Amino acid sequence: MSEGEGKKAPYTLPIGPTHPALKEPVMFTFQMEGETIKDVDFAPGQTHRGIEWMGMRRNPVQIVHLTDRICGICGVVHTLSFCLAVEQIAEIEVPERADYIRVIVHELERVQSHLLWAGVAAHELGFDSLLHLTWRVREQAMDVIENITGNRVNYGIVQVGGVRRDITPEQHPLIEECLTTYEGLLSSLLDLFLDDRSIHMRCRDRGILTYDDAVHLCTVGPTSRASGVNMDLRQDYPYAAYGDLDVRAILPDQYAGETRGDVYDRIVVRLLEVGQSCGIIRQCLSEMPAGEITAEPKIAKLLAVCKKAHGEAIGRVEAPRGECLHYVRMDGKESPTSWKVKASSYSNLMSWIPMLRGEQIADIPIIVASIDPCLSCTDRVAVIRGGRRNILTKEELHRLSVEATRRLQA
Amino acid sequence: MSSLPMIPELLRQLMRKPATNLFPAKYLPPSVTEFLHSVASGKAHLTPPVKTPPKFRGKIEYQKDGCIGCGLCVKVCPSHAIELLPETKRIRIWVDQCIFCSQCTDMCPKGGLRMTDEFLLATEDRYEENLIVE
Repeated sequence: MSEGEGKKAPYTLPIGPTHPALKEPVMFTFQMEGETIKDVDFAPGQTHRGIEWMGMRRNPVQIVHLTDRICGICGVVHTLSFCLAVEQIAEIEVPERADYIRVIVHELERVQSHLLWAGVAAHELGFDSLLHLTWRVREQAMDVIENITGNRVNYGIVQVGGVRRDITPEQHPLIEECLTTYEGLLSSLLDLFLDDRSIHMRCRDRGILTYDDAVHLCTVGPTSRASGVNMDLRQDYPYAAYGDLDVRAILPDQYAGETRGDVYDRIVVRLLEVGQSCGIIRQCLSEMPAGEITAEPKIAKLLAVCKKAHGEAIGRVEAPRGECLHYVRMDGKESPTSWKVKASSYSNLMSWIPMLRGEQIADIPIIVASIDPCLSCTDRVAVIRGGRRNILTKEELHRLSVEATRRLQA
Repeated sequence: MSSLPMIPELLRQLMRKPATNLFPAKYLPPSVTEFLHSVASGKAHLTPPVKTPPKFRGKIEYQKDGCIGCGLCVKVCPSHAIELLPETKRIRIWVDQCIFCSQCTDMCPKGGLRMTDEFLLATEDRYEENLIVE
């Protein structure tokens, strides 16, 4: 079908808001010309849950358990990020041992998250045997997390001021065993994913995000690293115990010798990060200092300290999907005056547009999945007026902003 | 480059036992409650669940005797699942609302709250007797 053939070209193809090909609710509108995507637009915001609203009516000790539930996969990331912000405001110094335990759980989470993603990617390619294999090996990381924290998903291990549970010497062999398994598995996983002809055919040079686009669209995490952007919060702005550890951003040219910024490179980066995380946990286990695991074991006292705190802070954490950011403002009240969550996928969503342009319909699922979108974490705002959903345009927002300034001046 | 590396792995998998633990039985019974009754009377066999990890956070247990009614647990409960009864100065826990974070057990100055290993709590009635702890 060529251009200008009446009204049929380009035709519109809507996918979403819920669709079997997408693992998360988002509304895509494709402008198609034959099988080729000419242009694409998307509308997130289908799963807003009002968690921040709930948080502003609770004290920091309670919010910690809410943040655990922002995302089902990155359970510790949001909690850690929120705690880092509150600790800055209340000037709480976290003991070193707690920092190491935080890093261990954080990295175990990265292992399971990347394996989960690898399985989803295989599934999107129609390679379900590989999905089942990846998810089976992922169970070992889940079991170790369960053993350390007491729960598979909502860990509840991080609390403002430190962690709630120590890692006992009896747990060390269990973690070591898990790390050995993954380090042994990694080469076979790399073989299974990267040497496979069908994966190579479907992922090489598909969904390309160039270095310039990755920088201009402010992408984060593995999505940006796969395009060759040397950026990792653990190396650039070390938090928790990362300052003592040797972490370098993983770039795809370390494996293939070149960076193409395609879906294949994103698989490379995530799989290599599994190995890197194992190394970090090993280093943590050997260097973990003895001592307290929390700055304030008495929760009532901790609440009193938080209640007195004044100020604002930002907690930043390198989540498995990229940088996650929590802004907290406390004004000497039980609950924070303001709390804003920016999940990592928020920064990555815009990269879908250059990735999808020029690709084919059959490539949509894998390209959409390749940035590892987590939309229920991302959706933070829904404007509802008169019972109907509303979308604020840039002009409207600007007008509202001008009016707000005038109101303050008056 | 071997182009189909998954084939030998799949053949290896064929020889292995399935990774899934078939709890409570190989095929899902139409009614789990009835199935559990027939297990109790020895008519059916129950595949045991995977062991819970140490410090697992299951259904909460409350020791009424030591309780001083300070209400600290109510203050830290993120899901407002604990209610302080003003007339008796004791608490009531709505387990259907509990998120099993174990913050109240950390907080209790008398150590009267504890998380048990019990996890089979799914039911259709959220105000069932089993789901209200006092």
